[in-house]
Amino acid sequence: MTDIFIVGFDGSESARHAADFAAERAKLAKAKLHLVQVLEWSPYSFHTPEELAERHMRREQELDRANAIVQPVTDELNAAGVETTCEARHGNAAELLCEIAEAKGAVQIIIGRSGGTGLANRLLGSLVISLAQAAPVPVTIVP
Amino acid sequence: MLKSILGAGLSLPFMSSLAFAQSDGIDKAISEMIAPIVNPIVSTVFYSVPVFGTQFPLIVGWLVIAAVVFTLYFGFIQFRGFKHSIELVRGDYFDPKDAGEVTPFQALATALSGTVGLGNIAGVGVAVYLGGPGATFWMILAGLLGMASKFTECTLGVHYRNEYKDGTVSGGPMYYLSKGLSEDGKAALGKFLAIFFSICCIGGALGGGNMFQANQSFAQISSIIPFFEGKGWLFGLIMAVLVGVVIIGGIKSIAKVTEKIVPGMAIIYVGAALIIILMNITEVPAAVSAIFTGAFAPAAVAGGAIGALIQGFKRAAFSNEAGIGSASIAHSAVVTKHPVTEGYVALLEPFIDTVVICTMTSLVITITGSWIPGNDVTGIALTSKAFEADIAGFGYVLAIAAVLFAFSTMISWSYYGLKAWTYMFGEGKAKELVFKAIFCVFVVIGASMSLGPVIDFSDAMIFAMAIANIIGLYMLMPKVKALLADYQEKLASGEIKKIK
Repeated sequence: MTDIFIVGFDGSESARHAADFAAERAKLAKAKLHLVQVLEWSPYSFHTPEELAERHMRREQELDRANAIVQPVTDELNAAGVETTCEARHGNAAELLCEIAEAKGAVQIIIGRSGGTGLANRLLGSLVISLAQAAPVPVTIVP
Repeated sequence: MLKSILGAGLSLPFMSSLAFAQSDGIDKAISEMIAPIVNPIVSTVFYSVPVFGTQFPLIVGWLVIAAVVFTLYFGFIQFRGFKHSIELVRGDYFDPKDAGEVTPFQALATALSGTVGLGNIAGVGVAVYLGGPGATFWMILAGLLGMASKFTECTLGVHYRNEYKDGTVSGGPMYYLSKGLSEDGKAALGKFLAIFFSICCIGGALGGGNMFQANQSFAQISSIIPFFEGKGWLFGLIMAVLVGVVIIGGIKSIAKVTEKIVPGMAIIYVGAALIIILMNITEVPAAVSAIFTGAFAPAAVAGGAIGALIQGFKRAAFSNEAGIGSASIAHSAVVTKHPVTEGYVALLEPFIDTVVICTMTSLVITITGSWIPGNDVTGIALTSKAFEADIAGFGYVLAIAAVLFAFSTMISWSYYGLKAWTYMFGEGKAKELVFKAIFCVFVVIGASMSLGPVIDFSDAMIFAMAIANIIGLYMLMPKVKALLADYQEKLASGEIKKIK
């Protein structure tokens, strides 16, 4: 069975580094890549009634936008000879990456060092730290 | 004359307790001009009959009877289904594939921020002032019964909602009244009730959901910030700009902040109440016994036990809006394959609003001994006095809470009103803008003028919504029963099971 590497992807430069890094390793290991783009979302956040009414429409738009970012990279990597799949989902990034890694029986998770701005990430607790604490498989952090 | 009728007879939420923002001149002239037109409507909706020496508005009876009917018809669903409701809100049945959609928790939180408000703080003060501690017992009972009304209306709201091609949804009484009744071949009646409901909903949104909130939060603010005294227009303008930025400008961040602060305030409020209850834990048995004895054999309350019952029932109905139909609009956007699940979720609303939060308020008032028969401290002043007895300076927290609750109630009602507006005039950006602009203008009017009759009229409109809504609920309740039976069957057979 081919190994699967999960790559956390958000369209940022460092995510792109992580994807390229993962592609190189995958080539050597004859592994498959699975790019995951997480749309931060909490089931417990608060909305106005108007936002509730538009939520379904917004969700579709968000998914379309995310797919528009992750799909070209996936195609590119496939063209370069690395078998790559992708998905975009709403949820908590750390939880989802762990969940998908487990569901797919992946052997490792590869992420870029920082997706967003430094301060916000530090205040909110970054994905890197959460993954280091909770991931079911080894995590590689690409600078 | 009008004032005494309102105070004693109608007992609108705060009419007898809080002074309206006072000013003379234009608003007085407008009041006098409008009074002859609106008074008959107000006194029709709030038509009261004397019961053992107290005026009992029939509309309150209409709401309570409906709640009893739904409770019996659905076999005490609010008790049998309570555990399932909690599981649904917790997300036990939420399909992870639907992540990103509206969750049951979100729909409940949004609907709650429309109902938790001044009624929980000031309304209870009025109830205890007029009905004594015993009113609490009846308030809790009415809250528990109201859970069945919410179950019925929110199930129908989801079942008959409109889902548009662009992915947005519209739901609420106007849709289930027209679509539901036309299924039974009563299309004309359905349309009539839906339009009747919509007119009242627009009036209620501009009045009870807007002017009344602006007026009362201004009354609170001007009592603690002397600068605002007599400057209602300025306060109104600030509020109108904030409301306008959210509903016209589409700046969601302000709404988001409020939606985050409001639950926070609710938690601080309940937390403070719990602290006071714990500080006076030895007084609790006496307070509980005062509530029970007061419910059946009160001393020093006009109308005795019946007086206490009327006050409790009234406040519960005014506070949790069960049977009014408003919450059904907010609940309609949820993602679910089974409309009944939203009924289950919605039945928690009167529980949290009335059974938990209102009871906390009245326990604090009772425990601290703030209610003294014959004393004329009432409304938010009574609640404030009770909290201040143990936590100095809490009056300021209450004032801030009052303004925030008012703001979130306005945002919610602007949407309810807008949905009724677009139901009647059709969807479209320009049409929506007209309503939103009118809504903002009414914020300023509400805060700056002492338009008693206008506010009475719009309060009457909110309760008139219940006339159309409950007629529809009676006619459509067999459909809810069928949906419920189907759902329970699937639960029992394991076709629907917990995800987690």
